[in-house]
Amino acid sequence: MKYVDTAQVQKRMNLRLTTNKLAKSLFFLSTMFGLIVLVVLIYRVFSQGIQWIDLQFLTGKLSTFAENAGVMGPLLGSFWLMLVVAPLTMFLGVGTAIYLEEYAKKGRIPSFIQTNIANLAGVPSIVFGLLGLTVFVKGFSLGNVVLAGGLTMSLLVLPIVVVASQESIRAVPQYLREASYGMGATKWQTVKNVVLPASLPGILTGVILSLSRAIGETAPLVVLGIPALLIPFPDSIFDKFTVMPLQIYYWTIDSALTKEYANLAAGAIVVLLMLLFLMNSIAIIIRNKYQRRL
Amino acid sequence: MTTLTIEKKNNKRKIEKNQSTSNASNKKNVFETKDLNLWYGDDHALKEINLSIPENEVTAIIGPSGCGKSTFIKTLNRMVEMVPIVKISGAIKYREKNIFQPKYRVEELRTQVGMVFQKPNPFPKSIYDNIAYGPRIHGIRNKKILDQIVEKSLRGAAIWDEVKDRLNENAYGLSGGQQQRICIARCLAIEPDVILMDEPTSALDPISTLKVEELVQELKKDYSIVIVTHNMQQAARISDKTAFFLTGEVVEFSDTDALFSNPEDKRTEDYITGRFG
Ligand SMILES: Nc1ncnc2c1ncn2[C@@H]1O[C@H](COP(=O)(O)OP(=O)(O)OP(=O)(O)O)[C@@H](O)[C@H]1O
Ligand SMILES: [Mg+2]
Repeated sequence: MKYVDTAQVQKRMNLRLTTNKLAKSLFFLSTMFGLIVLVVLIYRVFSQGIQWIDLQFLTGKLSTFAENAGVMGPLLGSFWLMLVVAPLTMFLGVGTAIYLEEYAKKGRIPSFIQTNIANLAGVPSIVFGLLGLTVFVKGFSLGNVVLAGGLTMSLLVLPIVVVASQESIRAVPQYLREASYGMGATKWQTVKNVVLPASLPGILTGVILSLSRAIGETAPLVVLGIPALLIPFPDSIFDKFTVMPLQIYYWTIDSALTKEYANLAAGAIVVLLMLLFLMNSIAIIIRNKYQRRL
Repeated sequence: MTTLTIEKKNNKRKIEKNQSTSNASNKKNVFETKDLNLWYGDDHALKEINLSIPENEVTAIIGPSGCGKSTFIKTLNRMVEMVPIVKISGAIKYREKNIFQPKYRVEELRTQVGMVFQKPNPFPKSIYDNIAYGPRIHGIRNKKILDQIVEKSLRGAAIWDEVKDRLNENAYGLSGGQQQRICIARCLAIEPDVILMDEPTSALDPISTLKVEELVQELKKDYSIVIVTHNMQQAARISDKTAFFLTGEVVEFSDTDALFSNPEDKRTEDYITGRFG
């Protein structure tokens, strides 16, 4: 006798196909929801801010007069901040990931560290601000300069880099390591010549994503007491500074008194968004370029 | 002189222990294992292995799946230690030195004892960089010397003619059989003393298999070879000595001809005649 009743199967076919279609529409709508919100947001910001963006706005100093104000100061501030954050997170983050994946023997201590890195990634950014204030600004008496902000931001994004790097190191197939060790390579030679090249796209993506996070992050810098004053352009890591999101924040607050500041904020948002899109595009290009080679 | 005679005596004793019928008389051995035991956690994977691997010969390891063949040859270059739960007792002498001595350098051992894996595993680099990998990690930077090594190794692995015009292309663009010969060439490039091969043809088509088999015959002039194979015809065709493994033990180890034509152990006979899982 047959276990599968053909008539029964026929009868249920319609229902199954309908459910299938329903599922598809549901997931499509979920995707659309995020997309539409994003489009509306970008449209609003651009339509308000784009006409304010000109050379003067991009290269000008801060000014109490809205029509003279420019974002060069915060742009430079963000740039200097990245100059601290990028090498630091790259070195510490990738180093930690390599240690945990390649060197540390699996056991209690590494898995303890692992759990804590994951936890660290979930700590609210304002808490990192408090840490930075206590340790770097006050403890090391750095004051609220680029270096202190950069160190704080590095700590904040470090877990992202570590986790992304670990994942991409773990994805390097074991047989490539075996091939290298099998020829008498040391651990470091294997890491340098086989593991890192193969995991580089993932690592770079992680680093760039963490940098865009650091560029957009505001709360910890507020806690560090970064001024909203008309300070001179920073030109070293020991100078006082402000950054794009912070400037947007202050302009938005001040727009209660001076209406034109709202437009400045919108303009600055557009500049910041473009910067972020640029960085994310670079991340994607790097990933695609290297992945094809694998 | 004295050490040599002692060594020979040792050989004899071991051979008796393995109930070997072979002559093994005045050939030198590259490897000698003594009461080798290996555990994966509590899983006893190798039991009291006493084997001598002769110089400039092909030694085949046969046996059913899971009997410890791969484990055994990975122990010879200590690659097995990459599995963290492994425990080992006993000794393996490579050229008369115990490789488990605390001060023994694995990197040195693996320079002398190269390995070809079951699945072709070239690096995602150019063919040239694949072959030059070993020499480079051992500090050879001179481009002329590297060029020569690459050509010699590729010729040695019988693949020079197929790839000589595309040395800068990625090795992943080659067929499986070509990739495996690239891996053999990569192994030759460090000019090892012994080559370990773990089922090097199991992922290959018959023609590529034939090429690799011919290659093994060619290579044994200059190298000592240990080859794991599931294919008994292959073992019979290309090896001088054969060891039959069963559940982590060596059941029989002798000249290939003797083992296949006149097995001493009932279990060997059952296995080679196919009456056995
Ligand atoms: N990494 C490992 N961890 C735990 N046990 C292992 C590991 N590798 C192998 N073993 C066990 O050791 C025994 C021998 O395995 P091994 O891979 O040496 O067999 P084999 O003879 O090479 O088999 P095959 O012919 O299928 O390749 C098996 O019982 C296997 O389950
Ligand atoms: Mg195996």
